[in-house]
Amino acid sequence: MTGTPTGSSGSLLTLRGISKHFGAVQALYDVDLDLPAGQVTALCGDNGAGKSVLTKCIAGIYRVDHGEIRWEGRPIHIRNPREAAELGIETVYQDLALANNLDIVQNMFLGRERRRGFFLDEDNMERAAAETLASLHVTTIRSIRQPVATLSGGQRQAVAVAKAVMWNSRLVMLDEPTAALGVAQTRMVLELVKRLKDHGLAVMIISHNLNDVFAVADRLAVLHLGRMVAQGDAGEFDRQSVVDYMTTGESSRGNSSADVASGV
Amino acid sequence: MADETDLTAAGGEVIPPEAGAQSLREYVRAWWQQVRGGDAGLLPVVIGMVIVAAAFEIASPLFLSPGNLVNLFIQSAVFIVLAVAEGFVLLLGEIDLSIGYVAAIGGVIASLLVQADFNWPWWLAIAVAVAACAAIGLIQGVIITGLGLPSFVVTLGGYLFWFGVMIVLLGAAGIVSLNSPTMANQQALVAIVNSNISPLLGWLGLAGLVVLLGIALWLPDIRRRRNGLVAQPVGLLVLKTAMIVVAGVLVVGISNVNRSRYTPVEGVPWVVPAVLGLIGLWTVLLERTQFGRHVYAVGGNAEAARRAGVSVPIVRIWGFVLCSLTAGIGGVIYASWQGGMSTNVNGGQLVLFAVAAAVIGGTSLFGGRGRAIHGLLGGLVIGEIYNGLYLLGFQIQWQLIATGLVLIAAVVVDALSRRGAISGGTTT
Repeated sequence: MTGTPTGSSGSLLTLRGISKHFGAVQALYDVDLDLPAGQVTALCGDNGAGKSVLTKCIAGIYRVDHGEIRWEGRPIHIRNPREAAELGIETVYQDLALANNLDIVQNMFLGRERRRGFFLDEDNMERAAAETLASLHVTTIRSIRQPVATLSGGQRQAVAVAKAVMWNSRLVMLDEPTAALGVAQTRMVLELVKRLKDHGLAVMIISHNLNDVFAVADRLAVLHLGRMVAQGDAGEFDRQSVVDYMTTGESSRGNSSADVASGV
Repeated sequence: MADETDLTAAGGEVIPPEAGAQSLREYVRAWWQQVRGGDAGLLPVVIGMVIVAAAFEIASPLFLSPGNLVNLFIQSAVFIVLAVAEGFVLLLGEIDLSIGYVAAIGGVIASLLVQADFNWPWWLAIAVAVAACAAIGLIQGVIITGLGLPSFVVTLGGYLFWFGVMIVLLGAAGIVSLNSPTMANQQALVAIVNSNISPLLGWLGLAGLVVLLGIALWLPDIRRRRNGLVAQPVGLLVLKTAMIVVAGVLVVGISNVNRSRYTPVEGVPWVVPAVLGLIGLWTVLLERTQFGRHVYAVGGNAEAARRAGVSVPIVRIWGFVLCSLTAGIGGVIYASWQGGMSTNVNGGQLVLFAVAAAVIGGTSLFGGRGRAIHGLLGGLVIGEIYNGLYLLGFQIQWQLIATGLVLIAAVVVDALSRRGAISGGTTT
């Protein structure tokens, strides 16, 4: 929660010329991406465009073949998820983040439990979890000690997000955070995304849902068949141009400044 | 939502009574909601225990006599310890079919080491036997985890393998007995189950136990209140403490009645505090430590645990080690109870009773839900059936049929409550 925004100039995470292939399949070609602090960047693309691969490269699950990753302008290598976590990169996966049989506190501290001597320090963890949820204005949860199995889909997503931002995160990537949610719950999660931005975090949201994208995103990046075909401020896009980029890789309506070729 | 009496939220979500209830009245209401929601906690097994006891008492007035009840505690001890052992792997969503014969190997090793050829101190014999069983668990756990094989198949192989090894260890005679009147270490092994704490010491021990459990129960809540966190209602703590006192007084009081017509036999068998101590230890490990938390996490959602940085293979291997280690302790108790080991030991039945006892007690076969105390309660139910049918003169076939029916009933309850939990969770 204490992520400090980087200066207004450079972006927090910068990818340049990233390529990744699996056997004969080239998943990413020469991808550039900027994720500035305090802004929500939406990563759009059709199925198979390479969104997940790109996310996993940033999260340290895959290693890139070529290209440069810069963190606050400094070239880095992210070799595994632990190194990503040490930098402050957290990923909220759609459905795999929480254990249903554990309660909210237990889930939020899973793998990083606080101890007093040999035993768990439950009170300390409970207070910290409550503070994090309060700072994100997650107020619909009745008891922080109820098992995640008893939560609604939106509440679970909120807990997953809160879990991701507890650890001095700087960059949070959300994979289809609203895919399984109803209208009210979607609104709640999008509010949460905006609050992450207000806390100075860089946020990347992967979504198929253009309503969601235009509701929260400050910047858009569109992948098509492994290439970054457009990237820029959300204002430079409209719904039709995004659909064009996603399906054909180009748009006659698109503002030329949104085109990735212009660089940053 | 602000209405305190409405403990189920709009989506039909069921809040566990531990979370949020401020008074005893609220707690009872929340608990009842939870029971109706399918997760009844310890209630079904306790009710089952009472019904089975009542039925046997009607059929045979001897059933609830002090002598038979102490006998029941002793007979249940092996089932309880093996059920607690199986609980470790069931929590992980795995199963271990080999623990019947792994336990037998523990009993055989302990018994062999106090024979005249070795005459090791009894405690060293037990330690080596339990360590050997832990090593068996390590081997099986590494094979299962390292090669990604189903635990069902690997431990089925282990069942046969360790059965064979047990027969080899027992040698041509096929028996190792602990009844030498001159070997003090053999007598010490037998004494675990077959000797009693003096009545006075029994009461003093109970007093000590109540103080210990009282501290364990009250201290965290006092601390929570001081830290401004939601604590359990005081009335509930009083109720829990009272239940511990009543149960303890019943066990010690019943055991302290003279149960022999000739020389007086009275007092709590030593195996009772031994089993309770083991359950206490494993409860603390599972519910108060980081390792225990990771066991529940892996059983509930292994992928989430992995992504949270939990080393899932290490947790799984430790689960199998602790399972076999605990089974080894059960085997030593078995040897003590039987006064030795022979090739007659039915490890297949023992492991099925262990799984049955764990599930009857409330441990889920699907992983992620269960406690050490479930093994205690389930083991007592199995012990009741075993003891009661024997008392009524029914043969082994009826014990098997009755235990099978109870197991199926327990699995049905488990599956229904799981379904209830899932449907409760997906309502949005």
